Amino acid sequence: MKHLLTPRAILLASALAVAPAAYAETPADTLVIAHTIDDIISLDPAQSFEFSGNDVNQNTYDRLVDFDPLDPDAGFKPSLAESWEVAEDGMSITLKMREGVSFHSGNPVRAEDAAWSLQRAVKLNLTPAFILTQFGFTPENVEEKITFDDTSLTLHLDKPYAPTFVLNCLAANIASVVDKEAVLPHVEGEDHGNAWLSTNAAGSGPYLLAAWRPNEAVQFTAHDDYWQGAPAMKRVIVRNVAESSAQRLLLEQGDIDVARNLSPTDVDSIRNVEGIRIQDEPRGRILYMGLNQKDEVLSNPAVIEAMKHLVDYQGIADSFLKGMFVPHQTFLPKGYLGVLEDQPWTYDLEKAKALIEEAGLAGSTITTRVRDLREYTDVAQALQASMAEAGLTLNIEQMTGAQVLDAYRAREVPIFIGEWGPDYSDPNTNAATFAYNPDNSDEAQATGLLAWRNAYAVPDEMNEATVAATLEQDADTRAQMYLDIQKQYQAEAPIVPMFQRIEPTGLRDNVQNWFSGRAVSSVMYRQVTKGE
Amino acid sequence: MNQTLPQSRREWLLSDAPQTRRQARLGAIYQGWLTFRSNKLAMLGLIVLVLLIGMAILAPWLSPQSPFSQNLAGRLQPPSAAHWLGTDHLGRDILSRLIHGSRITLFIVGTVALIAPVIGLFIGTVAGFAGGWVDQVLMRITDIFLAFPKLILALAFVAALGPSIGNAVLALALTAWPPYARLARAETLTIRNADYIAAARLQGAGPMRLLIRHIWPLCISSLIVRVALDMAGIILSAAGLGFLGLGAQPPMPEWGAMISDGRTYILDFWWVAAMPGIAIFIVSMAFNLLGDGLRDVLDPKGGRQ
Amino acid sequence: MAVTDTGAVAGQGPQGGGPAGQGPGAPPPPGRPGRNAARRRARSIGGTLLSLALTLLGLLLVTFIIGRVMPIDPVLKVVGDRATQAQYEAAWRAMGLDQPLYVQFWRYIGDVLTGDFGRSISTGQPVVNDIRRVFPATFELATLGTLIGVFIGVPLGVVAAARRGGIIDQIARVVALVGYSMPIFWLGLMGLLVFYGILGWVGGPGRQGIIYDGMVPHVTGLILVDSLIAGDWGAFRDAFSHIILPASLLGYYSLAYISRMTRSFMLEQLSSEYITTARVKGLSERAVIWRHAFRNISVPLITVIALSFGSLLEGSVLTEIIFSWPGLGQYITKALLSGDMNAVLGGTVVVGTCFVALNLFSDLLYRVLDPRSK
Repeated sequence: MKHLLTPRAILLASALAVAPAAYAETPADTLVIAHTIDDIISLDPAQSFEFSGNDVNQNTYDRLVDFDPLDPDAGFKPSLAESWEVAEDGMSITLKMREGVSFHSGNPVRAEDAAWSLQRAVKLNLTPAFILTQFGFTPENVEEKITFDDTSLTLHLDKPYAPTFVLNCLAANIASVVDKEAVLPHVEGEDHGNAWLSTNAAGSGPYLLAAWRPNEAVQFTAHDDYWQGAPAMKRVIVRNVAESSAQRLLLEQGDIDVARNLSPTDVDSIRNVEGIRIQDEPRGRILYMGLNQKDEVLSNPAVIEAMKHLVDYQGIADSFLKGMFVPHQTFLPKGYLGVLEDQPWTYDLEKAKALIEEAGLAGSTITTRVRDLREYTDVAQALQASMAEAGLTLNIEQMTGAQVLDAYRAREVPIFIGEWGPDYSDPNTNAATFAYNPDNSDEAQATGLLAWRNAYAVPDEMNEATVAATLEQDADTRAQMYLDIQKQYQAEAPIVPMFQRIEPTGLRDNVQNWFSGRAVSSVMYRQVTKGE
Repeated sequence: MNQTLPQSRREWLLSDAPQTRRQARLGAIYQGWLTFRSNKLAMLGLIVLVLLIGMAILAPWLSPQSPFSQNLAGRLQPPSAAHWLGTDHLGRDILSRLIHGSRITLFIVGTVALIAPVIGLFIGTVAGFAGGWVDQVLMRITDIFLAFPKLILALAFVAALGPSIGNAVLALALTAWPPYARLARAETLTIRNADYIAAARLQGAGPMRLLIRHIWPLCISSLIVRVALDMAGIILSAAGLGFLGLGAQPPMPEWGAMISDGRTYILDFWWVAAMPGIAIFIVSMAFNLLGDGLRDVLDPKGGRQ
Repeated sequence: MAVTDTGAVAGQGPQGGGPAGQGPGAPPPPGRPGRNAARRRARSIGGTLLSLALTLLGLLLVTFIIGRVMPIDPVLKVVGDRATQAQYEAAWRAMGLDQPLYVQFWRYIGDVLTGDFGRSISTGQPVVNDIRRVFPATFELATLGTLIGVFIGVPLGVVAAARRGGIIDQIARVVALVGYSMPIFWLGLMGLLVFYGILGWVGGPGRQGIIYDGMVPHVTGLILVDSLIAGDWGAFRDAFSHIILPASLLGYYSLAYISRMTRSFMLEQLSSEYITTARVKGLSERAVIWRHAFRNISVPLITVIALSFGSLLEGSVLTEIIFSWPGLGQYITKALLSGDMNAVLGGTVVVGTCFVALNLFSDLLYRVLDPRSK
């Protein structure tokens, strides 16, 4: 043991340690991104329903229609489907496939692949399947309802849905077109290739999946024969970095090109740092407060009204949520068809206090559970303070996301503070969960509906309006229908949308055309370039 | 018992030939105190802890502001005359939060220090004294808990019981007892065959009486040393739980949770995380110094020969 | 019996500059050694293994129970927020959660015995693969941390004991006390800020520069070793610059513990009669310290080092979080918080096995090397 104790080893170690190993810049054809990617549980488009999983699939697969990263406001555009036609009765849509496109495997992309991809998603019936099954597809009938020939694919619907509604759903991750011939050898039993696709990719997208190590990193290499042209970035590496401060340090040191989870304070301080640029993009997530109608106090209309005035919307958005959220008081995110611009509620302690006293509820105590995520606990604490001023005591229990979600689905969270992200780029995605709840009984177990989780008995006419809006063929009329629903919602609903997410992305100056996906899509890398 | 004691009292305490058992015992304690007092660092630790206790008791009167009142306009202010230690991300006065937080820290440490050694003492002495299969079973259980990753066991308990300060204390106590059990068992093994135990047994003392009257008192001094040395670890573990959001719940000013709050701002607003960090450091340091001093006094094997 | 016998040391834990007399290297109290030696001889290897198996089984059982009483629904993690009730129930059955608890446990044990830890629901991969990936990261960090602790801590402890009360002793004491008293997550954050953010001396968070990610062929999973095997010096330097800061941090804690224990073992030796005899015989102080006293403490010292290594292997959760280190501690914590019990059970078994194995190792070492136990 003794001879090991020479100082030489220590000297050697410290010499090595001091040697500079940090690289000032990443290679010109490589894009290096720090992001929290620990939510990925599967890369199968029929299963993936997490932000990071969809981020991966967006780049490894193509869809029939898709968004243009350089012009996202234009809405969905033709992608693997070159054009489409709606039948006169509105009961079917036929999409013509683009020719000459091939998968990463070299197989041609056929209408058969597209049909098979949609069919397997319906048959597997995993969580995101509702995006497709809402058009009347079931595992039993899907082979008759989704048909194909050599050049085109036809969807037979159960009702004459608005074409924008159907096509927006085809732009969703679950409608990614999978390489049937490449997957078939890996099918195990009845899994339609789910196990294999969970960790592998078989698409035609601009990038190939080079590696995925859960909670660590995802790597992509460029698909040089991509039908829209080879991507400029030959290699993309996404590394899981959980801490904002760590992401910021990496960005400042030039070890990464993109930091995607910067906290507001970090964003604020590096906004003016040389060599770094912040790009703000509105995302689809809505931060809202759900008031559970099973709670005696919270079901009082006066309290509902008061609560809407107890949130310091501007104060919060200008302080601890600065750069992450902007005040937004309707359930549709900005960027969606028919979004309402009105902001009727203001922070008004006196009014809230008067309302609560009038209702005779001053002195009441509410105990709620909040996910242990920074933004939520801070909002909850701000609310706690203003409620105290207005005569209500709020007790907060911090829990993990899974625990809170569990209780929320069991309708046991009195005041829920959290986010809702749209599932697809059509307004129905949020309308159908915020403003639709046909059966408010416990037995209904409509755990997927936010209105049900908050025990909000949506009035019949609102339920009907929500359904009717999905069938309106004319886009302008449809937009007006959503405006009306949102107005009524703001007036009476106990679910209070408060903020819309803004995603600040920290970029090295030379990174151009970054696109995080806005409110409607996921991140895309193919258009990104790095200048000098 | 301090320096101002009359000389005669001191002589009585230090007498080489104590008249009564009580005099002998008090004399021993006094001698220990003298040893302890000569250790300047240990005294420093003691003083810090006395101050801490005073601070906790007088918290409402000492703290300049309410630890809960928010001021979003005045958030993240650096230390100044108005806020000696600055304000946090919700504009709360950090000094006031630290002062009130000392109550939580003391509560955690005190409770864990009461529960864990008692469980350990009981299990360890019973195992050591009874021997045979009782020993086997108890020690196997101890092994299982020892083989568990500590923080993860605590996390699991808190996650299972729901996060709160009480459950955090319970979790820490449940993960902290096995070493005490081991220690108590080892001590018991060395003394259970001693002559005076045999003598007591001959006089008809039952096993319970032997355990309580003769074995426990002998184990206690080494346990106390161990506890004092563990206190710092307990504070750090509690802070770790708070840091992970599983300890005290907001808006309670628990120090670990305060660091966790502040870490988002650490690059620009260092004081938000640094102040509670320093507070934890000072207190756990004080416990360590105290523990070191106590070891010199109480542990005959600790190298004071 | 192995675990029990070394237990006295195990019990001291990292905080225990504790009563040195409890270490196996200390002169055994009168009346004990004979009994102990006899007992040891009496225990067969089979008995040792049986008790190991029992400990592990108990460990599994406790983890399993915790997993089941935990108010986190693992099914939700699998099916997600938007799942319908029917989808939820299908997943619930597929995960075997409709079976009675004892059936679930029995099945689990059976699977574990065949090396199948099930599939993690938070990564979607077999737990065995996950552990194979995260364990080397923790192992590499813990090994380097322990090496730092040993190379600095042991000499520091020896010198502190040799010059008791001297300046080195005081420094060593302060160094150790500060180590015991510092919240590690805070020190880590500050270290990262200073050495990476401001000075740029070391690599940032993570095991490697992101550019090197996946460039070195996977052989052992230890990047330092793999890059040497591949002869890739750039990757080695990069990996070293990333590991050195977290390893130093862990090394500091292990140093604090090891130096205190070394000091206390040494003091015990230095005050014993044979040392006095050696001094009287005119041996140089250097020879007395290194050749006699130090040699005699090597066995208990190795036990201490093994234990400190074991505690670092548990994965320092907080260090791993702060340094974005994809290790076992982070893996288990994350799994725990999402109700991913297969992952938690798998991780716990690995940690428990390591702990038990280290205990067994130090026990065997003790039997082989320590003359008194023969």
